[in-house]
Amino acid sequence: MDYKIVIGLEVHVQLLTQTKLFTACTTEFNPDAPNTQTQPLCIALPGTLPVLNRHAYELAVKAALGLNCSIAKFTKWDRKQYFYPDLPKGYQISQYDMPMSFDGWLEVDDADGHKKKIRILRAHLEEDAGKNIHDESGRGEDSKVDLNRAGTPLLEIVSEPDLSSAAEARQYLDELRLIMQYLEVSDCNMQEGSLRCDANVNLHIVQEDGQIAPTPLVEVKNLNSFRNVEAAIDFEVERQLEEFQLTGRKWGDPGVMKETRGFDANRGTTFAQRGKEDAADYRYFPDPDLAPVTMTDEEIDAIRKTMCELPADRRERMRTVYELSDYDREVIMNHSPQLSDYFEETAKISGDGKQAANWVTQDVLRELNDRDLAIDEFPVRPVVLGAMVKKIVDGDLTVKSGREVFAALLETGLSGNSLSPATVDQIIEEKGLAVVKDTGAIEATIKEVLSRDQNAKSVEDLKGGKQQAAGPIIGQVMKEVKGADAKMVREMILKIVQDS
Amino acid sequence: MSILSTGAGELLAQLNRGEITSVELTQACLNQISQNDMNVGAFLHIDQDYALEQAKAVDNKRAAGESVGPLAGIPVAVKDVVCHKGQPCTCGSKYLKDFIPPYSATSIEKLQAADAVLLGRTNMDEFAMGSSTENSAFQKTHNPWKQDYAPGGSSGGSAAAVGSRMAPLAVGSDTGGSIRQPASFCGVVGMKPTYGRVSRYGLVAFASSLDQIGPFGTDVTGTAALLQALSGHDPLDSTSINKPTPDLLADLNQPLEGLKIGVVKEFQADGIDEDVISATDEAINVYRSLGAEIKDVSLPHARYGVATYYIIAPAEASSNLSRYDGIHYGHRAEEFKDLTDMYRQTREEGFGPEVKRRIMMGTYTLSAGYIDAYYVKALKVRRLIRNDYDDAFQEVDFIASPACPTPAFKIGELINDPLAMYLSDMFTLGANLAGIPGISIPAGMSSEGLPIGLQLLGPPLEEARLLRAARMFEQATDWHQKVPELVAQ
Repeated sequence: MDYKIVIGLEVHVQLLTQTKLFTACTTEFNPDAPNTQTQPLCIALPGTLPVLNRHAYELAVKAALGLNCSIAKFTKWDRKQYFYPDLPKGYQISQYDMPMSFDGWLEVDDADGHKKKIRILRAHLEEDAGKNIHDESGRGEDSKVDLNRAGTPLLEIVSEPDLSSAAEARQYLDELRLIMQYLEVSDCNMQEGSLRCDANVNLHIVQEDGQIAPTPLVEVKNLNSFRNVEAAIDFEVERQLEEFQLTGRKWGDPGVMKETRGFDANRGTTFAQRGKEDAADYRYFPDPDLAPVTMTDEEIDAIRKTMCELPADRRERMRTVYELSDYDREVIMNHSPQLSDYFEETAKISGDGKQAANWVTQDVLRELNDRDLAIDEFPVRPVVLGAMVKKIVDGDLTVKSGREVFAALLETGLSGNSLSPATVDQIIEEKGLAVVKDTGAIEATIKEVLSRDQNAKSVEDLKGGKQQAAGPIIGQVMKEVKGADAKMVREMILKIVQDS
Repeated sequence: MSILSTGAGELLAQLNRGEITSVELTQACLNQISQNDMNVGAFLHIDQDYALEQAKAVDNKRAAGESVGPLAGIPVAVKDVVCHKGQPCTCGSKYLKDFIPPYSATSIEKLQAADAVLLGRTNMDEFAMGSSTENSAFQKTHNPWKQDYAPGGSSGGSAAAVGSRMAPLAVGSDTGGSIRQPASFCGVVGMKPTYGRVSRYGLVAFASSLDQIGPFGTDVTGTAALLQALSGHDPLDSTSINKPTPDLLADLNQPLEGLKIGVVKEFQADGIDEDVISATDEAINVYRSLGAEIKDVSLPHARYGVATYYIIAPAEASSNLSRYDGIHYGHRAEEFKDLTDMYRQTREEGFGPEVKRRIMMGTYTLSAGYIDAYYVKALKVRRLIRNDYDDAFQEVDFIASPACPTPAFKIGELINDPLAMYLSDMFTLGANLAGIPGISIPAGMSSEGLPIGLQLLGPPLEEARLLRAARMFEQATDWHQKVPELVAQ
């Protein structure tokens, strides 16, 4: 059966603010001390009033600009009303019909490798609810509510249904996360719930008569990892196909309502959640406690000026300026903006993007992982690594010796000593790792080695054209002249044997 | 004249001159309460020791020659809807019977900074919804003039406390007339300031876009002093006006010249009590005799006021009261089947009938399919009503009218007729919809011996002139000096 997958994503991103959206209460992630970050407003004590955290609003504007959205000059706050234990006021302050930003887009690569724009319908600011904690002991104890998170600023980003596969959804999320991280708007830490995703999925099935039959729309809620988003979509595609073949039910048929489903990560399946008895009526109305927000062009421009380069632009620059492979570029960029900065500095100092990328993606990342260090804590800074790589690029140090130097640098740095480009020279000198460029000295050594009795057979073989016989001789020469370039030694040996 | 029948303004002056001490005055109020409040029922909570402790502290400050605040030593009763850290704040509701706020309203902090003596907490209609204080979950409050009559509401406790001279000053809140109507019923001065003049932070919300804290007093001067202390921008309230408060006392005794007072054509409707009509005419004649020009003005949309108000106020209330869900604080039903049932039982038990009625009305008018016909339309009419006042104030300085269509009604008379009860707000709620200041001043007595109040409405931010106009009237009449029998002369 021929069909098209139609996916729209709703992503909630927690903004990196010190304090909550409407009160000066800390937003720290603190699940071990529930209900300690709760000022009177957070627990909705009678008489409390919200006051907008303007910094949160500006961060949201920055994020929206990063998503290529238009920014509303005038917006307001609305109450979304429903009863739930984690919602202490009985309503959530959100934005209903006048979102603070709208009409944005992100780019992903489609199945054919072409760039595809995914439209963003709107991104609006709202406050987070608290967290209900249910008893998992099976003894039926009371559920509890932790309001530490209540009131934390969230940006809800709603895409148009432009995504056509789980892979595209994944790319969209990766890109969105990169933008938020590069702009330092959110840490997008999914374990701590600072990025949450709901996926709206259905299929457009091409029927025999050429008519398109859309399957009933399903919203899969609370997907807490990108892998789960992909898995949930893949599962839904199969499930909806089967169901359609069985029932023929279409979106738009009488009685067909949007279905909300959960995702079971252990089984990789979605499951029906108890349907609400009636369609939810949130009774949105403008919050009379808050003034509307206005943004002038000057204010928007001022925020735009604080924005760093966006990941898409940086990716393009990485490709053209440093000539990186797609693989190296993605490894560096997806790691963190900090690693990208680290790489770029190293590349600039060393003068060779490819070499710098090799060191960063292999040696630096390995050490970061092994030692559980953040890039900012890594003692070998770009100015030092760059100096070392430059020596390799200039032929003053072999890659192999470089590894030794790198290890020594790291050890020195980790034991608390400060490092500088001079440290590189010092280590090279101490270990005698400098490349010997004195061809006269090398030539003399080669001749001496060739004249050794043990090598008579090898010399014969070489003369007979068996180039692999050079191996043992190279080894012996390299042992005598540390820091010689093996490739050059090989060439010289071949030349000397032939000339003799 | 006894200390109790002395006006608040004069008491402040005497305190400042050292002629009386705060302890004397506070003790006199406490005595008046202990002798009469069993019959009046103005207070829900009195802490004698705490009151005297504050009084003593102010007296000591004065004795030591330290500078004191503008309300130094004067007792102020507070409607039980304004949070005061460590004191009960029931809002007249069973739901908040045991609620003790861990923080203080900005108003309370301002009163403390002004060295006022916080005397106690006064009765009110539950969550300030009502016009008779009969909707309190705890007790009835009786009109100090005639005890089988209601004191008005919702700030009936504060009005009755001042009317029976248990406190020279009191704080109330006014969402549709909840200060001015009981002031009129109890024969005291009561004022609703411009929306945003007094911080709402710590005022338990009824209808956020209409609620405003305001003063009661035995005279205009004391009322002005209390409003002065309460006013000012508050960064904790986004709807607070960010403009300096003018000095309300500096020119208070200076009569206004060239005054133009408007009389609203549309307010001359059927159903207004004869005594109220003649007292109002009489009061307007007083202004005429003081040189004011009296002009007819039109508020063409005034007749939609009650309908508009009773859509907007319940809509906001239904939302503001959602937090009373039994989860986080306050009442929780003991028996329930599941979460939904817990909500249902808790709210069934925690709220009285008027509160439930308004939650239902508000929920209905905000519901999908109805919101455009009711709530959204009401917002549009509200704008027209506001424009009417703007237009009227192009022609006149103030608008004069009765504060209420009748003097106090009997307890129980209207409680089963909500619509008649709502109509008693017809002259007052326009000021809340328009956000303008209004004041009710004693201006007559009915044939049955019940007070009648005159309402003056002014343009936004014109509290200083409004108080001066009220003071002119007070200086020319002696209605404010009349006290009920329970005040010993």
